[in-house]
Amino acid sequence: MTTLENPRIVLPSYSEAFQSGVREEMNRNKDIYILGTDLAERGGHFAQVKGIAQEFGEVRVKDSPISEAAMVAAGVGSAMYGLHPIIDLNFIDFSFGAMDEIINQAAKIRFLFNQPVPLVIRATSGVASGGAQHCNSLESFFAHTPGLSVAVPYRAWDVKGLIKTALRNDDPVIFMMHKKLSGVRGEIGGDEVYVPFGKANSLRSGSDLAIISYGYTLVTALKAAKELEKENISVEVIDLRTLYPLDTDAINSAVQKFGRVIVADEAPLFGSITGEITASATEIGFEHLKGPIIRIGAGRAPISANSNVSEAVIPHVEDFVVAARKVMNY
Amino acid sequence: MMLIRQFEEVADRLCLRGNVPGGMHSSAGQEAVAVGVMSVLEPADVIATTHRSHHHTLAKGMDPKVVMAELFAKSTGCSGGRGASMHLADVEHGHFGGNGIVGAGVGIAMGAALGIQYRNDKKVAVGFVGDGGMNTGRTWEAVNMAVIWNLPFILVVDNNQYAVETFADRVTGGRDLAKRALGFGLPAFNIDGQNIREVRKYVSEARERALNGKGPTFINAVTYRYGGHNVGEKGQYRTKEEVEDWRRHRDPIDTFAATLIHEKQMSEADLITLKESVISQIAEATAFAEQSPEPKISTILDHVDSGRLGLLVK
Repeated sequence: MTTLENPRIVLPSYSEAFQSGVREEMNRNKDIYILGTDLAERGGHFAQVKGIAQEFGEVRVKDSPISEAAMVAAGVGSAMYGLHPIIDLNFIDFSFGAMDEIINQAAKIRFLFNQPVPLVIRATSGVASGGAQHCNSLESFFAHTPGLSVAVPYRAWDVKGLIKTALRNDDPVIFMMHKKLSGVRGEIGGDEVYVPFGKANSLRSGSDLAIISYGYTLVTALKAAKELEKENISVEVIDLRTLYPLDTDAINSAVQKFGRVIVADEAPLFGSITGEITASATEIGFEHLKGPIIRIGAGRAPISANSNVSEAVIPHVEDFVVAARKVMNY
Repeated sequence: MMLIRQFEEVADRLCLRGNVPGGMHSSAGQEAVAVGVMSVLEPADVIATTHRSHHHTLAKGMDPKVVMAELFAKSTGCSGGRGASMHLADVEHGHFGGNGIVGAGVGIAMGAALGIQYRNDKKVAVGFVGDGGMNTGRTWEAVNMAVIWNLPFILVVDNNQYAVETFADRVTGGRDLAKRALGFGLPAFNIDGQNIREVRKYVSEARERALNGKGPTFINAVTYRYGGHNVGEKGQYRTKEEVEDWRRHRDPIDTFAATLIHEKQMSEADLITLKESVISQIAEATAFAEQSPEPKISTILDHVDSGRLGLLVK
C-alpha cells in the first residue's frame, strides 16, 4: 500500500509499527528489554522485533527457551527490580503456560505490595489459520482480571502509539496483536505520538447506528458499513483500541447519540467482553435505546483448522447487515 | 533464631484465637535456614520466598511489629493488611515477597537476578522454595534460565520434608534433589539445614561464585517443621516420636546455643537475657498489631493499577 500524497512511499506494516515504537522507547529508556523465543535472529514469528537485536544487542533482546512460566516470572522479577521488560509470548495461547505468573503475580503485586510491575506481555492473537490451540480469544479474561490492562490495536498507528504509552507507564499490559493484521500497512505517528489507553477511536462516522468493536473484526465491520450505505443505513464504526481501561464514555455516548448499537468481536459469544459492554451500556443508557444492543461473536466451539469452517464461525459482513436491519426496524 | 521461634510460638496462639485471617504457616524448627542465608547476604541482596516466610522476613530485617501487624491484616502491616501471613514483602529493601503459589518465588528471584545482571550490580538474588516446590515445573524452568544466562542466583530449598502432609520422598523421583539439580548444570548441594554454620558456609560460597560471574547454585537445606502445615492442623502423617526426636536432638537453636556455650562465646546467662529480650520484643509486636487500625474499606481500589494509562503522556 502507498500513501495517496506520495505513491512511492511504502507505509509501515502493523508489525513494523511495533518495531518502531519499541525502538524509540528503547532509545529513550535503557531499562527496556525484550525477552522471548526466536527474537534476535528471526525477529520474532511476525517480524515484530526484526532488526532490534542487531541495533541494541543481545542483552536487550534476549532469546529465551520455551519456558512461558519462567519467561513471565523473569519479567515480573526484573520489573520489580526496576527494569521494563517486554515479554514476547509469541501466541497469546501460550500464556496458559504462564497463567499463574500473569494473574497471580504480575497483576497482584501492585495491589499487595504497592509495587509497580512495569511489564508488557506481547502476543499475537485472534482467529486465523493455526487451529484450536493457536486461536483462543483470551482478551475478555485478561480484561476481567484486576491489575491488568489490555491493548487490542487495529491500525498500525495504534500499535505504535499504544506500545509507546505502555512503555512510558508502569502497569502490566497485555498487548495483543491480531494475526491477520500483521502485514497490514498504515500511517504511524512520530516519536512524540502516544495513544492513550481507554480512548476509543471513530474509524468512520455515521448517523443511524454504531458498531463498536476492536481488532480484525473492524475490517469486517467497515465492509459492512459500506454495504449498508446501499440501504441508506449510515453506520459509525468505533474502534475500542483497549479493552481495559475501556472507553465507557465513548460507548455511552454512542448509545445516546444513535440509540442503536451493535457490539462485535470474534470471541465465543458466551462470556465475551461484548456482553460486558452491552450490559453496562444498557444499565446506563437504557432510556436512549431504540432497540436492543445486538451482539455479534463466534459460536461456542474451538477454532477449526479448516479455514472454511473457522471463517464461518466468526463475524461476517452478512451478520452485520442482518443485525443492522434488525435494530433499524425497532 | 530465638526471635523467630518466639514470634512463631506467639503467632501460633494468636492464630488459634482467630487473630490471623486465613491462618498461617509456622516456620518453627526451620530458623537456621533463614538466619543462615540472611546472615551471609548483604542488605541490598534480593530474596523472594514462599507461603512459609515469617522466618525469612524477620531474618531479612523486617521489624517484628510490622510483620505481626501484617499477619493480623492491619493497615500498619508491610502490605497494608492486604496480604497477611503469605504476602510479606519489602521490595525497597530487597524482599520481593512471600507467595501463595508453590514455586512462584523462585521465578521472581530469578527475574531479580536478571535485573541485577542487566545493571551490572554487585548483588545476588535468592529464591526460596520448599520440598513441595521441587515437583512443580516452574521451579525448574527458572533454574534452567538461571543456568543458561549465568545469573547471580541462589536457589535455597527450605526442605522441611513434608509437602503439606505428603512425605517428600514419596513424591520425588530420584529422591536426591542435589542430583536432580546437577542435571540442570549448576553446582548443587544437599546440606544440613539445622546447622546454621553449614548453611552459612554453603550460601557464602554460592554468593561468592555468583558475584564472580560464575552463575547460580542450588542448595537443598534439609530441615524440619514442628507444627502442622497450617496452624492448628494435627495430621496422622508423621509420628509424635519423629517430631520429638527432631525437637530434642536436632533443634537448630538448642544445638547452636550449646555449641556457642561450649566454645565460651556465650554463657547460660546470656541465653536467658536473650530469651527475655525476644519475649518482650514479640509482646511489643503483638500489642502493636492488636492496637493497629484496620485498613479503611475506602482504600480497597487504591493501587490496583497506576490509573495513568489513559492519560496522554507529556
